[in-house]
Amino acid sequence: MTALQVVVLLLVAATGAVVVSVREPLRQAMILGIYGLLLVVTFVVLQAPDVALSAAVVGAVAMPLMIALALAKIQERSDR
Amino acid sequence: MTPTGRRAMFLAAASVVAGVLVWGLTGLPDFGDYHGPYGTILDRVAVGERHGTNVVTAVVFDYRGVDTMIEEYILFASVIGVTLLLRRQRGERERPPSEVAKGRGEPEPSEAARVMGLGLVGPVILLGLYVVAHGALTPGGGFQGGVVLATASGLVFLTGSFLSFERVNPIPLIDLAEGVGAAGYPALGLLGFGGGGAFLTNVLPLGRPGSLLSAGLIPLIDLAVGLAVAAGIVLILSEFLEQTLAIRGSRR
Repeated sequence: MTALQVVVLLLVAATGAVVVSVREPLRQAMILGIYGLLLVVTFVVLQAPDVALSAAVVGAVAMPLMIALALAKIQERSDR
Repeated sequence: MTPTGRRAMFLAAASVVAGVLVWGLTGLPDFGDYHGPYGTILDRVAVGERHGTNVVTAVVFDYRGVDTMIEEYILFASVIGVTLLLRRQRGERERPPSEVAKGRGEPEPSEAARVMGLGLVGPVILLGLYVVAHGALTPGGGFQGGVVLATASGLVFLTGSFLSFERVNPIPLIDLAEGVGAAGYPALGLLGFGGGGAFLTNVLPLGRPGSLLSAGLIPLIDLAVGLAVAAGIVLILSEFLEQTLAIRGSRR
């Protein structure tokens, strides 16, 4: 394992812990996006560019977007 | 149960779990130490057999093509599920545009977001097409490229409004694309029977390794998957947007 891989894996572990510990859903969705980006870096460092592409589009774009939209809907319901 | 008893029970259970976990982890192969035969074999033979320089795509769309076909239907099924769950239900109505008073509509996106988004739409579409088209040659393929393409339509929403999102994503056309993409995969698989082989046999001419039209059936399946994935994500996105922005519960 190279030093770079160690650093990236530690960062992923730390960010994962942050995602779990944040209690505010919208903030959590944004940090989840950052976590997704870190996973992309991990897969690039592990020389798996195909998986990195999938992780980029799903983890960093599609998932936080859908969570944000779902939150907006819930917000609107509770406003009424 | 008293707090002390609960804690004692947790500590006992946690130590057992931790012990088993450490025991299991010590038995794992070393980091990067690969002993499976298939990866090594495919690495050696895939380019010669299929003429596609991206072995990952050759595996996904050819060597284990049936698995991938079923995977495509996971997305297909989730599109259907989202569409059913987020449809307009009894007691809900779509907000007519006339209800929004002048000057009090949805907040306009900032100029910066608009310029940035509009500038990105073109390059993102180009990138998506590139990733889909070069699936057999370089990292990427139908799944990844498809989501990239769908992201472009999300950008349109961010820069304009829900109305412009609907205008650039005519839903009947997207439905058609989803259907053609989803049906295209098994249809291409049936070509294998025509060549006297099994389902999904790569019967087309393989071409020169590294050229755009190489690897026989793989780029065509790639294209079908790209179409299905892009359309599927756009459909899911539009259902979510419609549910969030246009559908209102009835007033009591």
